[in-house]
Amino acid sequence: MAKLELRGVVKRFGTATVCDGIDLDVEEGQMVCLIGASGGGKSTLLRCINLLEPIEDGAIYLEGADITVPGLDPQIVRSRIGMVFQSYNLFPHMTALENAMLAPRLVRNRTREDVRPDIETLFTRFGLADRMNNYPDQLSGGQQQRVAIVRALAMRPELMLFDEITSALDPQLVGEVLDVLLQLKHEGMTMILATHEMEFARQAADKVCFLKDGRIIEEGPPSAIFVAPHHQATQDFLARALK
Amino acid sequence: MKDGNAAAGLTRRQRYEAAQRKRSILIAAASTLLVGLAIFILVPLTPGWDRVKRSFFDIDTLVETFPRLLDAFTINVMIFLWSAPAIAILGLLIALARDTRSPALFPLRIFGAAFTDVFRGIPVILTVYLIGFGIPGLGLPRPWNSPYIWGSLALILTYSAYVAEIFRSGIDSVHHSQRSAALSLGLTERQVTRYVVLPQAIRNVVPAQMNMLIALQKDVSLLSFIGPVEIFRQAGVFKSLLANFTPYVGAAIIFLMVTIPATRYADYLMAKQRQERR
Amino acid sequence: MKKMVYLTTGLMVTASSAMAAGHCAAGLTLEEGQLTIATGNPAYYPWVLDDDPESGEGFEAAVAYAIAGEMGFADEDVVWVRSSFDEAIQPGAKNFDFNMQQYSITPERDEVVDFSLPYYTAPMAVLVSPGAVDTEPTLEALKTLKWGAVGTTTAVPKLENVIQPENDPLLYGDNADVNAAMSANQIDAALFDLPTALFLSAVMIEGSAVIGQFASDESDNPDQFGLLMEDGNPLKACVDEAITSLTESGELAAIEAQWLQDATGVPVIE
Repeated sequence: MAKLELRGVVKRFGTATVCDGIDLDVEEGQMVCLIGASGGGKSTLLRCINLLEPIEDGAIYLEGADITVPGLDPQIVRSRIGMVFQSYNLFPHMTALENAMLAPRLVRNRTREDVRPDIETLFTRFGLADRMNNYPDQLSGGQQQRVAIVRALAMRPELMLFDEITSALDPQLVGEVLDVLLQLKHEGMTMILATHEMEFARQAADKVCFLKDGRIIEEGPPSAIFVAPHHQATQDFLARALK
Repeated sequence: MKDGNAAAGLTRRQRYEAAQRKRSILIAAASTLLVGLAIFILVPLTPGWDRVKRSFFDIDTLVETFPRLLDAFTINVMIFLWSAPAIAILGLLIALARDTRSPALFPLRIFGAAFTDVFRGIPVILTVYLIGFGIPGLGLPRPWNSPYIWGSLALILTYSAYVAEIFRSGIDSVHHSQRSAALSLGLTERQVTRYVVLPQAIRNVVPAQMNMLIALQKDVSLLSFIGPVEIFRQAGVFKSLLANFTPYVGAAIIFLMVTIPATRYADYLMAKQRQERR
Repeated sequence: MKKMVYLTTGLMVTASSAMAAGHCAAGLTLEEGQLTIATGNPAYYPWVLDDDPESGEGFEAAVAYAIAGEMGFADEDVVWVRSSFDEAIQPGAKNFDFNMQQYSITPERDEVVDFSLPYYTAPMAVLVSPGAVDTEPTLEALKTLKWGAVGTTTAVPKLENVIQPENDPLLYGDNADVNAAMSANQIDAALFDLPTALFLSAVMIEGSAVIGQFASDESDNPDQFGLLMEDGNPLKACVDEAITSLTESGELAAIEAQWLQDATGVPVIE
């Protein structure tokens, strides 16, 4: 049984079919990278996985349990899956520390004093100890994104989703965030990334999936996808992306 | 061409701009002086000036009536002080009622919409009359039929409707990605609203709500129609006794003493917000 | 030829108007040959009946036509306009020759406008709500009541200086609002001139009563009604002449008797 299994996931917005029957398995501790042009369905797929969007058809299994049963309260599932967004989405009226403490306090009912040491450890682990008491507008883009990752990690998720988290960053800040991802991977986190960072995907991913028009056209280890893609669409995409 | 004054500290551009500034200040001062002189000289030359001066700007009347006007103004202040918090709270509740998504609470949504439609749609003075006289007229005992209670309620209901709409626009202005992020952490909808959306929404609309506060300070005078002797009524009493409008000018001065600082503060908040957005 | 006709007709009309207007008001009214009188909006009973001053019914309407007649105007030369108190006292040209709405003559007002000689001396009376009809007509008893009055009248100084109630009075914009307050039991008592008080008690507020009146020749403020005119209006002399003549001939008293007969039987307040 894989950590996460998608079977025939279909998502429509009005008349547009954004996810057109997606099948995907993600094993524990794997890093899966979703690549493809914008609008290919990567973001939507991630949002379906953590139940921010309801799916039209198909099913998603987390540890073997169907989390897309209609009527299921999504809140519990969401606390087991962490998500980080392209635009960081830190809460501007709270410090970095408070951002990270909020969910453990409210969802796990822990007190501030109880939660603080754990969170501070997380900040230190990712090199943000001296930024804990800053507000988001006092942080650089890279720092904000790393705080966003810490915030998601504070809930000790079983699975982390990353939606193009470096796309909004200045190039020199991308590195520090990718380093965090590598660190997480070494710690054994199961991760799904939608990304344009091809070099990173080639080096770090266990599996790469190419999405186009809501379908996974091709999937496989980076050595297969990047070196010898089978489909013309994949080749075209890589040709443009790797230029 | 190397600027020989660079060492002295002023570049040629700085010198040019300093000269331009001086010129602007001189022109501004001259034109203001001219306009001021024109008003001071020309207005008294108009045929009715003496009459108007006696009727509206009589110093003796002003001095004589000012203390009691100030005294009456304390009633305005009192009414304002107990109405404003009630308006803030009710406004927020109505905003939340209108935005609720739960099907069980649908009647609340309709009620919220009807509330804002009605109380934004009727002129405040009508509401004051209808509620201020109408409800006590149903036979309430004293002191429950006091015009202070029901007049204030009329103000509270009316202003809550406007304040609620401002809160709603504030809630709308919080980007939906904030909600997405909060939900992905596992927060319930209620927690998202309370801890993530509302704090930002309220902060966003404080300048707009300040404008409502300033409007309220003046609309308190509408209660004068149903009995309380606040400053507008008191000025009216003087006007009738003395056949002179200067008490109204006195009342206006007292209002300005309060509203001008409030308006400046509201402007300051708006400017600060504009700067933060940039 | 046409010019001649127009000229002659014009001269004849002017001449006849001048004759109709009599000598004292000639050239002094807003419109030559017309007397423009202002009254309230609405004009209340018993001063004007049915809000229709043109009918001449009602004390003030009748007095107005009597004065107009004395000044040499025929009934059809009288034109009525409506105005508020504010319009009467504000500076600038007026749209009436005189304004007649139960204006009490006071020295302060006299500095800003002109009043005619009084045409009525109005005692002020106490109207109480059904719940207070048993109140004794004494000052001590009156002090304990919750009072209301029209803010723009001389009832206010009477309240402040003479009655001095224990509870702050509530003030209103017009009679109708005072009625509403009394009906809502927000006030126990209100001050009006006697005829108005009797009218309100009989018609507007069921169960209310007029329990007392203040002697109208009281030292500090005998409430006398006068016609209100623009400050320095030369018409005043003519108006005063007319009023004096009506008073001396007894016609004014007769009009009062005709329209304000119910004024007896109300106890005087001690």
